[in-house]
Amino acid sequence: MTMIFGIPLQAFLGQLLIGLINGSFYALLSLGLAIIFGLLRVINFAHGAQYMLGAFIAWLLLAHFGIGYWPALILAPLLVGLLGAAIERTMLRRLYSLDPLYGLLFTFGLALTVEGTFRYLYGASGQPYATPALLTGGANLGFMFLPVYRGWAIVFSLIVCIGTWLVIEKTKLGSYLRAATENPVLVQSFGINVPFLLTLTYGLGAALAALAGVLAAPIYQVSPLMGSNIIIVVFAVVVVGGMGSIMGAIVTGYLLGVAEGLTKVFYPEASNIVIFVIMAIVLLLRPAGLFGRDA
Amino acid sequence: MTLTFELQKQKERTPVVAQTVFLGLGLVLLLLAPLFFYPVFLMKILCFALFACAFNLLLGYTGLLSFGHAAFFGGAAYFTAHAVKEWGVPPELGILVGVVGAALLGAVIGFFAIRRQGIYFAMITLALAQMFYFFCLQAEFTHGEDGIQSVPRGHLFGLLDLSQSSNMYYFVLAIFVIGIAIIWRIINSPFGMILKSIRENETRAISLGYSVRNYKLAAFVMSAALTGLAGGLKALVFQFATLTDVGWQMSGEVILMTLLGGIGTLIGPLFGAALVVTLQNYLATSEFPVTIITGVVFMACVLLFRRGIVGEFYNSRLGRRLGFEHRQKH
Repeated sequence: MTMIFGIPLQAFLGQLLIGLINGSFYALLSLGLAIIFGLLRVINFAHGAQYMLGAFIAWLLLAHFGIGYWPALILAPLLVGLLGAAIERTMLRRLYSLDPLYGLLFTFGLALTVEGTFRYLYGASGQPYATPALLTGGANLGFMFLPVYRGWAIVFSLIVCIGTWLVIEKTKLGSYLRAATENPVLVQSFGINVPFLLTLTYGLGAALAALAGVLAAPIYQVSPLMGSNIIIVVFAVVVVGGMGSIMGAIVTGYLLGVAEGLTKVFYPEASNIVIFVIMAIVLLLRPAGLFGRDA
Repeated sequence: MTLTFELQKQKERTPVVAQTVFLGLGLVLLLLAPLFFYPVFLMKILCFALFACAFNLLLGYTGLLSFGHAAFFGGAAYFTAHAVKEWGVPPELGILVGVVGAALLGAVIGFFAIRRQGIYFAMITLALAQMFYFFCLQAEFTHGEDGIQSVPRGHLFGLLDLSQSSNMYYFVLAIFVIGIAIIWRIINSPFGMILKSIRENETRAISLGYSVRNYKLAAFVMSAALTGLAGGLKALVFQFATLTDVGWQMSGEVILMTLLGGIGTLIGPLFGAALVVTLQNYLATSEFPVTIITGVVFMACVLLFRRGIVGEFYNSRLGRRLGFEHRQKH
């Protein structure tokens, strides 16, 4: 058997794959956080709850209405995005003039409420979500066995990340968003509806989180706690990457996912904390984060 | 001339009198409380109140939102429980172990966290506290999911039997009062004034020549140590230390207590803690999860009620007339 650093190649590649999958979700979630933070200056603590909501809506659609994976991949983000937009319009909006910490506290309360409600209704244990028929089975790559759905999750999240990046960097809407990030007053004086842009951005960020949730549903179990477990890690990812750049958030997400996967091979006890350790090291060497511009 | 002077003097005296009366009344109520309420319930409130007051030293008076204070609270609970149970030290020494442990942990987490500001500070403290949570989950001495059970309360200074709940209550009350007195002393010292200036305008404090980093770190360590005092005390009151106290939910709870009671008020967190603990006790027997209520209260506080209970009172007409001059950050 082929060995790499004294580890069987198969175990190594298997963990690398798991790392890439986790990294896909870190990237998708930190991307949404970065977009929301860029424009609204709010750290969206409810991002984990919106991710969980996405997965739960997919599960509910299947369990109660027989609506499968593919429609859910569009419906769940749409619903969560609308919900996010409504919350921004009615509540979050009032906090922009205050210290950004209030936005964090508000979304924290929101996360607790949503999570608590789903725990109350569906219990803390996870619900399985079947892999869509089109993506079942696996491919034998010669050196390892790759479940098709996992490959799909990685590819799809890459497409979404790059697509979002293209929208923000290359389209007119994206240029409005970037301009409003730099100077909202000036942009508004050019006749662009900035409050609407803010609502749209929060909705978009929430929808991205929900999309990640649907994508995660067949891999992890759909549980009310899935959001809060991942959000703290994503916060660490965001600190490492810095929220200055969209691309930075994406790249850091994948990198740290892989780093976590590889730690599982070499030193399993530390795999839970390796991302936090990396965060501490980055804080020592480059306090603004790897891609950060703000001090 | 003399008349105006006299009037001014009188004006200054009324608030002092009113505040002393309030303080005295509060103390008498706390001393008599065990006659009317279940002592363990009261001790729980006092522990959490001290925790929230210590947290408020950082949030209310230095302007730093830590999302990781559970690490100090739960960490100290583990340290105290371990020292008392495994090493057989007396309770006062056990609590000291908790305080020192929490202070050291605070120095480490604070060292990293003060490298960033505002929202990043909050996220870093949260992440590092979560790291400590995973450490506690895996470490030998914490006994993982079981926690440290049946911790003996022991005899205070070898004399006073703390397993009697009334003795324990007055011990907890004494520690609480000492803790509040320390916090009061800190915020009214020149050091505390510099902390407030950092809260109001950090750049200006730097330009005035203060080494803001050192002040922040010192405030962080003090807050962690006092939080450790509360955590160690809690381990003795309940006679166990578990993972619940180190989880991020606990960090959220203490923020809520402080917010609800009044950020930047000395005794506001006491009221916040009393309300939250009462709510938890009330809902403990029902199926209804407390997090839903906590979350809604959180949102309502942030949207409508940012001054908190005590802050609103200070800002009300009565509060102003009684001379609780009060400025808060919004």
